[in-house]
Amino acid sequence: MKRRDTLKSLLLGPLASSVIASTACSVNHATNNRNKKNQINWTSLPTSYSYGRTEIEKQADTELFSETYFREHELITIAILCDIILPNEHPNGGALDAGLPDFVEFIVKDRERYKLPVRGGIAWLDSRAIEKYNADFINITEGQRLSLCNEIAYPDVNTPELQPGISFFSLMRDLTVTGYYTTALGLADLGYKGNTPNIWDGVPEEVLRKHHKSYEAEWLEKCVDNSRREIIAEWDDDMNLIT
Amino acid sequence: MAEEQYDVIIVGSGAGGGMATYQLANAGLKVALIEAGDYYDPAADEQRTQLRYPWESPRRGASTRRRPFGDYNSCIGGWDLDGEPYTQKGDTDFMWWRGRMLGGRTNHWGRIALRFGPLDFRRKDIDGLGDNWPIGYEDIKPYYDKVDKLVGVFGSNEGLPNDPDGFFLPAPKPRLHELYFIEGARKSGVPVIPARKSMLTKRLNNERGICFYCGQCSRACGIHADFSSSTALVYPALNGGQVDLFTNSMVREVTTNSEGLATGVSYINKKDLKEYEMKGRIVVLAASACSSARILLNSKSSQHENGLGNSSDHVGRYLHDSTGASRAAFLPDLMDRDIYNEDGVGGMHVYTPWWLDNATLDFPRGYHLEIGGGMGMPSYGFGFAANQYNEFLGERVGGYGNQLRDDVRKFYGARLSIACRGESVPQYTNRCEIDPTMVDEWGIPVLRFDYKWTDYEILQARHMQDSMEDLLQASGGIVLGDKPKADQEYGLTKPGEIIHEVGTTRMGDNPTTSVTNQFGQLNDVNNVFVADAGTFVSQADKNPTWTIMALSWRTSDYIIEQMKQQNL
Repeated sequence: MKRRDTLKSLLLGPLASSVIASTACSVNHATNNRNKKNQINWTSLPTSYSYGRTEIEKQADTELFSETYFREHELITIAILCDIILPNEHPNGGALDAGLPDFVEFIVKDRERYKLPVRGGIAWLDSRAIEKYNADFINITEGQRLSLCNEIAYPDVNTPELQPGISFFSLMRDLTVTGYYTTALGLADLGYKGNTPNIWDGVPEEVLRKHHKSYEAEWLEKCVDNSRREIIAEWDDDMNLIT
Repeated sequence: MAEEQYDVIIVGSGAGGGMATYQLANAGLKVALIEAGDYYDPAADEQRTQLRYPWESPRRGASTRRRPFGDYNSCIGGWDLDGEPYTQKGDTDFMWWRGRMLGGRTNHWGRIALRFGPLDFRRKDIDGLGDNWPIGYEDIKPYYDKVDKLVGVFGSNEGLPNDPDGFFLPAPKPRLHELYFIEGARKSGVPVIPARKSMLTKRLNNERGICFYCGQCSRACGIHADFSSSTALVYPALNGGQVDLFTNSMVREVTTNSEGLATGVSYINKKDLKEYEMKGRIVVLAASACSSARILLNSKSSQHENGLGNSSDHVGRYLHDSTGASRAAFLPDLMDRDIYNEDGVGGMHVYTPWWLDNATLDFPRGYHLEIGGGMGMPSYGFGFAANQYNEFLGERVGGYGNQLRDDVRKFYGARLSIACRGESVPQYTNRCEIDPTMVDEWGIPVLRFDYKWTDYEILQARHMQDSMEDLLQASGGIVLGDKPKADQEYGLTKPGEIIHEVGTTRMGDNPTTSVTNQFGQLNDVNNVFVADAGTFVSQADKNPTWTIMALSWRTSDYIIEQMKQQNL
């Protein structure tokens, strides 16, 4: 938990252009002054969870939380990538508002098979950045970073030397999108309306009309009449429901 | 504890064990229910996962080794359990599921409640394969009727020849993607009817709630509106009868006396790791098909050298699981959907029962279709390949930035999927037996599986793929991925993957080719019974649970009647 707090606001090397917006703190707009410290802030995830666990599962989760896998450099890189993939500048917030890269940090530990691909992908990205712009990914300009992302964001690109980057970016995109849409911000962005007790009574009329669908009368007869759902079910001997 | 003797010891608290507990306790018998897993109550808040949002789990509901169907799935158990290995003979690749909690698999099962039909009890008469059951539909129908009314199932009476009518609660209306499937099925001449599932869409009794359509049945239901053995059978029995519940207790074997009759069980208490003996006049094994077979095979004595009840050498044999295959499609007409609460009950509201005549096909047994899709709650994996369907629209896949939000929204709920579940042919050589070299963490010898699908199942899977492709396209879908071919066995699931194992202690009239009689009573030992799916002679293209409960009730009635007649 201590580690998370220190990660929450990280000191970056100087950036040439504007920095990632933060959730609560003021945004440091970069100037040409290379001595100014810049910050990435993101919303942390809860430090404890209570969601119906057996003892052995609680223990396994605690071990995962205290495990350290990513180095600071990697976490900052992840943060920047998540922010590029789903920026905060949106009424429903973005990846950093929604608790990425903490989510990525946890899920990669949880799903061991992602550990090497993410580490290796970051290293690949850094080497590409150095090759093209003489500095690693987090230390080049925003424009240069986006330029690199443009190279690897599309699976239809066939260039052999870019394939590792394309795989890596696809993975980061998947983790970012899933990490976002499984938070309250993401659910609000999607507009999901379920997970609450209700009485299902079929597809709304206007939606049926839009899709040129309707319920067959014969089928409806087999369906529940919700005005009578509280009445205890009784049948006649021919198996007909009579209540 | 040492001197107490129970009337009945029941091993396993799932569908069969729970039903036997309920019936025998109601008859006034003194019952011990032994469960290998822990106590579990879905209504208890500290164990509850129902109605939790994805962010309440650090992995957003993703699966874990201990919960292979998802972090919120109520089944504690899996194919791969700590300390409980099993082995495979040759290139067998059998997946063996164990549930380890009160209520067993009924906590997370799909609630699909299908009666076997008249044809399902006499398959050998029809296609010459396998064997007929020693009973017919008429023998079990009264019990199906009773289970419908006790446990509750929604559906509709359709007058179908091999998918019998029942005492159904009314069905929930189809969802939008299901309406698309209905249209596609009609075009293809394939029947589709309301699903038959064990959720209470209408009040059944004053003890259990009415479904509030959260779609999370697999998380187990806090208001007990769907069936799990613990909530609907075990708790009432605990409250109403003389039932002692032993959890975290792993049965090693059935103990016998010098006459070869059972005297009780010996079990390991997982908390203090000591072994205990429990005395009972009757033992009912309902630990699931392979687990009960394992207990019998491990219960060797001088009178039962090959394992208890195994004079026929049939314990563990004729093991078979359902076949399965699935496919999905993108439905362009479902892009940019209006969003409303479409959770419904867990899983499909409509399904397709087997509709063809196998005499005209190149495989002998049938399968049914389960329909998937809809605007479900996001959980880990939601948004993966968020805009892959762009390829069908001539747009670019991938990218980054706020445009991804539009893509996610555009494609939300625009998918239709079909899962087939079919009947396999029981084979004498498909079996589980004891591995002579390996024990589990309590020193109990483990099972070794020897299992091969035959061409009957592989050709059935080929047909499944053709059916699914036709229906998905007829429903307006663009099928996804590549259609599995022969080198992938047409996408046929692995044995054990569907978790419908049956047949390991099959019933019969001939004691040289069966383990139990029609009442689940061991041919060799009259005070030992099996009340799980081990007694099935064949499994039908229908999920086992309803039949397990009907047979367990029938077995319980028989036990009660035999005790009254002092035969037991």
